[in-house]
Amino acid sequence: MQTETENVEMVVVDAVVAHQHLAGPLLPILHQIQSELRHIPGSALNYIAKALNLSRAEVHGVVSYYHSFTTKPHGKTVIEVCRAESCQAVGGRKIEQRFKDALGLDFGETSSDGNVTLESVYCLGNCACSPSVRVGENIYGRITESGVNAIVDKAISQLAKSKELNQ
Amino acid sequence: MNVRVYVPQDSTALSVGADDVAQKLAKQDVAEHSIDVIRNGSRGLFWLEPLVEVETERGRVAYGPVTVEDIDDLIQSGMLSGKQGHPLALGLTEEIPFLKNQQRLTFKRAGITRPTSIEDYQAHQGFIGLTRALSMSPQECVDEIKDSGLRGRGGAAFPTGIKWQTVLSAEADQKYIVCNADEGDSGTFADRLQMEADPYALIEGMIIAGFAVGADKGYIYLREEYPHSYTVLKEAISIAKHHKFLGAAINGSAFDFDIEVRLGAKSYVCGEETALLNSLEGKRGVVRAKPPLPALEGLFAKPTVVNNVLSLSTVPTIFANGADSYAEFGMGRSRGTMPFQLAGNLKQTGLVELAFGVTVDELINEFGAGSRSGRPLKAAQLGGPLGTYLPPSQWKTQMDYEALAEINAVLGHGGVVAFDDTVDMGEQARFAMEFCVVESCGKCTPCRIGSVRGVETIDKIRANENRQDNINLLHSLCSTMVNGSLCAMGGMTPFPVQSALEHFAEDFDRVESSSQKIVPTLAKSRT
Ligand SMILES: Cc1cc2nc3c(=O)[nH]c(=O)nc-3n(C[C@H](O)[C@H](O)[C@H](O)COP(=O)(O)O)c2cc1C
Ligand code: SF4
Ligand code: FES
Repeated sequence: MQTETENVEMVVVDAVVAHQHLAGPLLPILHQIQSELRHIPGSALNYIAKALNLSRAEVHGVVSYYHSFTTKPHGKTVIEVCRAESCQAVGGRKIEQRFKDALGLDFGETSSDGNVTLESVYCLGNCACSPSVRVGENIYGRITESGVNAIVDKAISQLAKSKELNQ
Repeated sequence: MNVRVYVPQDSTALSVGADDVAQKLAKQDVAEHSIDVIRNGSRGLFWLEPLVEVETERGRVAYGPVTVEDIDDLIQSGMLSGKQGHPLALGLTEEIPFLKNQQRLTFKRAGITRPTSIEDYQAHQGFIGLTRALSMSPQECVDEIKDSGLRGRGGAAFPTGIKWQTVLSAEADQKYIVCNADEGDSGTFADRLQMEADPYALIEGMIIAGFAVGADKGYIYLREEYPHSYTVLKEAISIAKHHKFLGAAINGSAFDFDIEVRLGAKSYVCGEETALLNSLEGKRGVVRAKPPLPALEGLFAKPTVVNNVLSLSTVPTIFANGADSYAEFGMGRSRGTMPFQLAGNLKQTGLVELAFGVTVDELINEFGAGSRSGRPLKAAQLGGPLGTYLPPSQWKTQMDYEALAEINAVLGHGGVVAFDDTVDMGEQARFAMEFCVVESCGKCTPCRIGSVRGVETIDKIRANENRQDNINLLHSLCSTMVNGSLCAMGGMTPFPVQSALEHFAEDFDRVESSSQKIVPTLAKSRT
């Protein structure tokens, strides 16, 4: 059985090796780590810095700049609710509140079981069918207040299913 | 009989159930028909999605918006032979007024072809422009773009030919083409539709740009919020390589060109070209001071063309039909067509490509058919989150860069977001400032701090605290931001705020009732 630390190390090394040959490889490396570990662990910074010939502070500066990269683990599912104008124009603010209520979370928070993170997003390019929300790689449009619970339930039940598969 | 049925594979169509509809159609067992489900791109008539089209002798016949529950009924009523009569039947797709009344050049293939089919692309005039460009000299190619009058569709409307000339004339061992696919403006989705419906047009445009200026490497900087576009682009690039339209010796010529797609990381300012270049280099997405121009010192300090998705995707059409035929469209110094995007509270939302010169009112009330809610419309925001809010009294204005500038409005990337009379413009003004707090790159004080003060001041006005003093303060704060910011993030955030104050002053006069109490929701800003 692999320890947690070994796993982190492997993911980080893999991400660096896979992208090191690119011009300007840092964002692709961070994307891969974020997607596999659901955050950028502090322990990854030294290794990346060394491999790319940067200072740890430079790498940290990049991680902290972008909203996509987090230093605390995201939930297994991330629900991103659009807060931008087109969605606002058709009741988006109420939808935001419904998601917060349904999950008992504010934007940027993760459920205590580590399953779900609620995030805001500023436009999904789905404005012609606002209000919009993204769950993982899926985007949902024309969301109604009464439809919010179904989206949350589906996200959680898919999580349970993928857990069963892994067992 | 074999019937071809089209179901779009496009983020927005998928967001309202297109996959389920396609699956259900594929499983249908109908006596006299066998159904061939084809996944096309979207036509951009998004309010009708999922828009199912059936191929008939008369042309494609449309039905929409179709849900899984409608399918049995539609088939019973003769959809597979193109019969009308069902409430969702829309007649011939090309005759739907929203589409028929457009002038589609950049988007001529959208929804007609299968997005990643290079055969479909070639059967619909694909790579004709490239073939012509490769027979010309680089200088002739740049001149062709100059003659077309094309101005950047990303927002700043800079003449594309002049930008290309600067890069062509620069001496360097390496040059780059960078496609700005960050499409951060709320209310816009034309780049997304273009990439998902017709990705080869962008690829072809980038190859021509590379040939014209002497660059052999291109990057597409795509916003992370577009996962489906990412999949489509990667597939199209790999197919194009396989068919020798990318890589060494393109299409049998002596010219090499390659494209790589890179993802952004949720930062609005990274749509600004110099911040974008920093981000591509793996740095914080902070805006660079100009000069040096990116055209001279861009990506990795090399001469770089940075162009929007739509600017580049229009290039093949210009080369295929000739610069003059493109320049015949439009008015004044705004030549050609503009893909406008109708969003927000409208009945008919989607992409409307038209020559410059159409009025805001025509877009909103004719193409858009008024509000989705059935209530009176009160305001339209043009040009994204940094754009002006216009009251209906200004909707006679023509969509033209210069005409809009006269009323302190911007066309930006062509987004039109409509609001009905339930909107509280004080709340919208506050949001504009809040967005700037969240997204400022932090380089200049008026933007970084000014936006935080802006939110606080608007909160005070709306709470009726020293109203007049705070309104005056907000005005002066806005002018400091306009005059003292390095880029349009800080420099234009005041536009929605000032226009809200000017045209909707009554919304700032509301005394907050307890149910409307302002909850401070300042999201985390950059660290
Ligand atoms: C804050 C800010 C955000 C911007 N976002 C975008 C964007 O998302 N997409 C885009 O093409 N241009 C954007 N621009 C404009 C770019 O800086 C640049 O003008 C454009 O990419 C040039 O391409 P074009 O000439 O083809 O329009 C933005 C500018 C600013 C100041
Ligand atoms: S105006 Fe704002 S976003 Fe633009 S450079 Fe200054 S701080 Fe950065
Ligand atoms: S504003 Fe919400 S999807 Fe564009």
